[in-house]
Amino acid sequence: MAKISFQHVSKTFKVRSTSGKKDGGEFTALRDIHLDVQQGEFLTIVGPSGCGKSTLLDLLAGLTKPSTGQILIDGRPIAGPALDRGIVFQQYALFPWKTARGNIEFGLEAKGIRGKEKTQRAREFLALVGLSGFEDRYPHELSGGMKQRVAIARSLAYDPDILLMDEPFAALDAQTRETLQSELLRIWEQTKKTIVFITHGIDEAVYLGQRVAVMTSRPGRIKAVIDIPLLGRAQEEDLRSDPEFGRIRHEIWTLLRDEVQRAQAYEIQDSSASSDANSDTKEVM
Amino acid sequence: MATAEKSVVLPAVTAKNASAGLPIQLAGKLFKRSIAILLLAAVWEVVPRTGAVEVAFLPPLSEVLQAWWNLLVSGELWNHFEASIIRSLSGFGIALVIAIPLGLLIGWYRGLSELLTPVLELFRNTAALALLPVFTLILGIGETSKITLIVFACSWPILLNTISGVKNVDPLLIKSAKSMGLNSFKLFTKVILPASVPTIFTGVRLAGAGSILVLIAAEMVGAKAGLGYLINYAQFNFQTPEMYAGILTISLIGLLFNHGLVALERKFTAWKPNHNES
Repeated sequence: MAKISFQHVSKTFKVRSTSGKKDGGEFTALRDIHLDVQQGEFLTIVGPSGCGKSTLLDLLAGLTKPSTGQILIDGRPIAGPALDRGIVFQQYALFPWKTARGNIEFGLEAKGIRGKEKTQRAREFLALVGLSGFEDRYPHELSGGMKQRVAIARSLAYDPDILLMDEPFAALDAQTRETLQSELLRIWEQTKKTIVFITHGIDEAVYLGQRVAVMTSRPGRIKAVIDIPLLGRAQEEDLRSDPEFGRIRHEIWTLLRDEVQRAQAYEIQDSSASSDANSDTKEVM
Repeated sequence: MATAEKSVVLPAVTAKNASAGLPIQLAGKLFKRSIAILLLAAVWEVVPRTGAVEVAFLPPLSEVLQAWWNLLVSGELWNHFEASIIRSLSGFGIALVIAIPLGLLIGWYRGLSELLTPVLELFRNTAALALLPVFTLILGIGETSKITLIVFACSWPILLNTISGVKNVDPLLIKSAKSMGLNSFKLFTKVILPASVPTIFTGVRLAGAGSILVLIAAEMVGAKAGLGYLINYAQFNFQTPEMYAGILTISLIGLLFNHGLVALERKFTAWKPNHNES
């Protein structure tokens, strides 16, 4: 049985028309997503901006419900947010009034873990992400990469089965990103979590994923799912220069090209239609 | 007053950095910080003596300090100080107890906020002092009306800042906490409340300054003790040095009050990256 099973999932939103009056009808963010993710699999989802990637993640997290279809985890429909899924956000979402340790303990407390075990686990997971000795730092005293390490540790510490990652490395500089990518692979191999990783970077998607799901823009659909036959990535010195890597990368790039153009056309149309600044404009590399 | 407040906030912050440096640097900083005050004091002392201004209107600083000392020794100053500080602290305290919980409620429940916003807008734009005659009419000329006025004046900054603090918590933090399965109550106590503390404190500091402002005005209108009364009374009797002594005392209280609140704020928001910005 699949760990996660999307069964013809669609999501529509009621939108206000751009002139600001009444209902502007419906906006379909996702249409007929049908996809299985296996236990322990690393799936990356790549798509142009505004393709509903984040909506997909919200659905998985249980923060919203699908309009039609259903999502099953271990064969049961998602009832709401729960600690069997951990989320890592692009903007870290660390609580600024808590130290690195405090942030990790926050998730543990939510799970009802107290006392010695709590302290012990927080220390253990800080070590896992290579941040031993930074227990008492506040988020503003940490670099972007370190913050994201804390966020990853926080999500892993309460031991979810599934790790959901929403463009977690997009705000980091190139070097930090590569380091964290290879560390994530190491952690994945170590912890055997099922990971759903959303990104707009093709390189990242190919490097990390065992499979890459390519999404279309508006409405978001799964255009193709590509198997990545590259083995032992964590050991490979420079996987990105492998000719096979280049071939797959190009294949996905071709799949995405039209979608990106369409997405950009939408964006231009949107920005001329309304002054409502879309803070989330990203480009596909 | 406003500039005076700022000059107090800064030393405490920079002094911390200076403590690591050499004693000479420290002395230099101390000099830099006190030179303007000393200069002002010197001008105040010298100008009346040259006859450029009427001594009866602006006595030299030394005379004012002498009058201040006399008031202090006679115990008169303490009586006025006590009357004022009790009024302002009780008004301020009551405002805290009322406005913070109320603000948390209004900020948290959208419906309540929509219901109450028009009334809040109306009241906060009503100058507190305009209501003094009303309070005096209903509550009499005693302590109750003065304290009520201070409660009224202090409540608005605290209330409005608390509401906006709760409303403007980073939605991502809420999302993150929700994804961990926190229920509404836990979400409120563990995320909303700590996240809005800095904004609430801004309101508390504003209220602190406001409490003294309104107090003095109230005491000038109708009171038998208090620093506002002292100033007014001294002016009526042409005791200008005593009048200035009263004014200096109020400035001092303002400084101390603000200093205390800043220290408290720093303790509660130690996690914040920069304390200088607000």
